[in-house]
Amino acid sequence: MKAHLSRRYLFSASHRLHSDAMSHTENQSTYGKCNNPHGHGHNYTIEVTVSGQVDSHTGMVCNLTDLDAFIEREVLARYGHENLNTLPEFSKQVPTTENLCIQIYEILQRGFTHAHLERVRIEETMMNSFEYVGGKELRH
Amino acid sequence: MVYLTRKAEFSASHLYHNPDFTPEENRRIFGKCNNPHGHGHNYTLEVTVKGEVDPRSGFVVDLKQLKEIMHREVLEAMDHRFLNKEVPEFLHQIPTTENIAIAIWHRLVPKLSAAKLHRVRLYETPDLFVDFYGEA
Repeated sequence: MKAHLSRRYLFSASHRLHSDAMSHTENQSTYGKCNNPHGHGHNYTIEVTVSGQVDSHTGMVCNLTDLDAFIEREVLARYGHENLNTLPEFSKQVPTTENLCIQIYEILQRGFTHAHLERVRIEETMMNSFEYVGGKELRH
Repeated sequence: MVYLTRKAEFSASHLYHNPDFTPEENRRIFGKCNNPHGHGHNYTLEVTVKGEVDPRSGFVVDLKQLKEIMHREVLEAMDHRFLNKEVPEFLHQIPTTENIAIAIWHRLVPKLSAAKLHRVRLYETPDLFVDFYGEA
């Protein structure tokens, strides 16, 4: 039987939304307060959903300790308490939460082999969130 | 394709009553929700839009604009209102959570241009919510 498993992780980081392709005025009008040159921070919540057959011996889709260890090493250690703008993946790309969501999805897609990656969802604040399913349509 | 969800909250009162039903039928079908003086809820609205990430801005949609559209089209019309009496859609239609979600969908669709509306989710209470995807 196939089942889906979701796990949530928290990290804090800062970013500044600013595009070199835009003029000062355009940056201001597009990003508003998020264009503050000194940056600002969020407590991000990542929700990772993986799927797979439930193993008949363990009763698990995948061992949560494997997922936790991967996220800790590849995501939380990379982004936690960092200024996202200083990281190579955001040197040419604005660290919006849309782009962060795609980056984290791709990190998992490349390196996590214990279950099938379904979705990465990020809550930037209590009032907004972003989801990426590898460019596919989100199922209901 | 990235999906973006924005929440908003509003409070409103309503009652469930169908003039085609007898008083006994209204009471039996709608129970306490048929109280003629109405009752209220704190609604939580979640609007999900989808689109490609703009390579220049990194945005699917400008969150500030989405917030303003939700505020103008939904909150200004419904927040702190008696839905049956003050919101045009519900003068002749029962403002159930289903119908409110559908009305919100129809209010938002023509106002969204950059991103496409994917889902309207409306919580009447934390334990009860409706999803509408614009399907017939």
